[in-house]
Amino acid sequence: MSDQGTETPQLYAPREPIFPRRVSGTFRRLKWWIMGVTLAIYYLTPWLRWDRGPNLPDQAVLVDLANRRFYFFWIEIWPHEFYFVAGLLVMAGLGLFLFTAALGRVWCGYACPQTVWTDLFILVERWVEGDRNARLRLHKAPWSARKWRLRLTKWTIWVAIGLATGGAWVFYFTDAPTLLRDLLTFSAHPVAYTSIGILTFTTVVFGGFMREQVCIYMCPWPRIQGAMMDEDTLTVAYREWRGEPRGKGLRRRHEAEEAAHAAEDAAVTRAAGPQLGGRSPALKMPGIPDTASGAVHHDGPGDCIDCNACVNVCPMGIDIRDGQQMACITCALCIDACDEVMEKVGKERGLIDYIALSDAPREREGQPPRSLWVHVLRARNILYTVLWAGIGLGLVFLLFIRSEIDITVGAVRNPTYVTLSDGTIRNAYDLRILNKNGDDRVYLVSPGFGANLDLEIEGHPGSTIPVPANTTGITRIYFTAPPDSPAANADRTEFRIWVEDFQSGERAFVDTTFNGKGQ
Amino acid sequence: MTDKKRDDVTGTETTGHSWDGIEELNTPLPRWWLWTFYATIVWGVIYTILYPAWPLVSSASAGVLGWSTRGEVAEQIAEAEAANADLRAQLIETELAAVSDDPALQNYAVQHGAAVFRTNCSQCHGQGAAGAKGYPNLLDDAWLWGGQIEEIAYTVRHGIRNEDDPDARYSQMPAYGEIFSDEEIALIVAHVQTLDDGADPMAGEAGELWANNCAACHGEDGKGNHDLGAPNLTDAIWLYGSSEEDLTYTIVNARFGVMPAWGAFLTEDEVRAVSAYVHQLGGGEDAPAAE
Repeated sequence: MSDQGTETPQLYAPREPIFPRRVSGTFRRLKWWIMGVTLAIYYLTPWLRWDRGPNLPDQAVLVDLANRRFYFFWIEIWPHEFYFVAGLLVMAGLGLFLFTAALGRVWCGYACPQTVWTDLFILVERWVEGDRNARLRLHKAPWSARKWRLRLTKWTIWVAIGLATGGAWVFYFTDAPTLLRDLLTFSAHPVAYTSIGILTFTTVVFGGFMREQVCIYMCPWPRIQGAMMDEDTLTVAYREWRGEPRGKGLRRRHEAEEAAHAAEDAAVTRAAGPQLGGRSPALKMPGIPDTASGAVHHDGPGDCIDCNACVNVCPMGIDIRDGQQMACITCALCIDACDEVMEKVGKERGLIDYIALSDAPREREGQPPRSLWVHVLRARNILYTVLWAGIGLGLVFLLFIRSEIDITVGAVRNPTYVTLSDGTIRNAYDLRILNKNGDDRVYLVSPGFGANLDLEIEGHPGSTIPVPANTTGITRIYFTAPPDSPAANADRTEFRIWVEDFQSGERAFVDTTFNGKGQ
Repeated sequence: MTDKKRDDVTGTETTGHSWDGIEELNTPLPRWWLWTFYATIVWGVIYTILYPAWPLVSSASAGVLGWSTRGEVAEQIAEAEAANADLRAQLIETELAAVSDDPALQNYAVQHGAAVFRTNCSQCHGQGAAGAKGYPNLLDDAWLWGGQIEEIAYTVRHGIRNEDDPDARYSQMPAYGEIFSDEEIALIVAHVQTLDDGADPMAGEAGELWANNCAACHGEDGKGNHDLGAPNLTDAIWLYGSSEEDLTYTIVNARFGVMPAWGAFLTEDEVRAVSAYVHQLGGGEDAPAAE
């Protein structure tokens, strides 16, 4: 380290650049697929169309903040139905709990936008500047015309991706084709340009330059996820009982001979210890006895040839052989890298693998790991699944039973009643009718059977209220009780206001109170 | 590396600080974090120069941009007024009775009028416009000076019984305490109390008293006269109460309300807007059909 030999420790550490090597294998293929699908969903969704009639937008997924509407294909959510969104967020949370309890940090490793975009940015980097070694050389090389050319090319592509990312984001909030035309003719709203600018900046900085720093220092999720994993969670781990003592060539054989006599050699898995740059110190796997205690005895060298392939491919710059650590996002690329090497040297695959830590003692004694289902089908996961599915079914149920007519009645209580010339007692109500349809509707208002109240509507003769498409109509309505009728003389009379959609025949009601003179 | 102290358990370097044998681990922060911290300090200094920030003796430093919350509100009000300029002009030009034919104009007039009402009228007529004893209820269908929108606008503009406006509405009722004997007053009070039950004002014991003194303004049918501001005495609405005591006081002393001429305080669009607002509170009368 730079302060070697000085007394003062370094309190701030420069970022150590990481140059992940290209790798291929099962998990890398899976990640390519997930990247393709998630990016395609993100970029293409705003362009999907969905016909809702002439007065409503035809964008399939649209968050219309100005008009306070959320459109999702056939579902339209108004602000008072925001609990659907809250329910979806609760489901997203529980889903994350479930996946984390069962499979560890799969969200971080495969689906998190930070991971996906970083992966994409590294892909660009590799395409422009070459693989790990070429990039390392370029990093160390002085600034030459070639280095400038490569760097500028890379940065330009990054900014283009950032622009596309921020650009796609704003399309979710307004009609995409119109906005695209406005953006290109520089006539869009400044908020659109500002949003694109900010998102372009954060995309390039987070995906291009900060990368693993975002996960380690900025994201609260790794801390939370740690609490949701237990020893039955499948997570990426190194089979140290198989791999140690590691080594290569003559040194390896020598070490192997030593190993039987000096067990502590094997205990220190990485002499250098944790690196500066804030990566957390390696923690011992729970339930696994220290190698130093002499639990492991190898007759010969371990399977790990210390080729560092797992370290070189790691986008977080850690060594999985140090054990479980906070910086590990379980992207599983080290599994691919190690399997490739194991095949080349003729050893069994899976030296680094998805392992439940509770299986470690069994494997250490030479028994096979327990079935995957033993780990997945445990009470915790089943509980999460039940909760998740329960809320999901509840939301679907609510979606089906929700009334097409939404009305609210605000009784005007200042004053509670008005006496008219002929002694009639009148109460006023503000009736809100939400017309969620794509066409204008007319609603018939009436008091419930037996109320003996008469209806008047402010500004209209008759008892119908027209409400334009996709709006909330607020109308002052009056109910009157003739002089000396029971309702006029009573203190309070409960009654029901019915509203019927003329076109569909659907009805809805609200129970409210009529205030009389209280005699 | 040899100079550095390491913690035995974690293998992490320590800062060398030790309190009662407890040593502080050195887990270095990333340098970009430090620079971000410095950037926020720079940002903070620039911010305090641009915006009001430093507390001084009598106020805070104004900031070189001259921004203030009050200024921002003024700007927003000006923006809103500019946005409504067309509607305001339209409100001034439109025949008052025709305002409600245009839903957008009616909506603007009512919202605008509601604000004017709450600021200027609610002190006497109440937030809900229900009035109080001596202050007419504007929600019902009884009007002293007429409930058509033009009549309401006239009342608002010129007020009632004020010295400021020569066109103010004026109603005159003699204090009958000086004219009638106590017996006659008791008689007429009892007579008036029967009117809202449908009695004929010109009949009965007090019929002659009514015909000679009251009918000129309140009418032979007792239904009052909007032109004179004489209230209808046959309806269920009593501005000053219908008890014997209240009526006696009213007839003996005569009671009058006053109202400022709002034309002097409000702009033309405000007068029109508040008239439209009052007209749609539940008692507004339609203008007579054009001839």
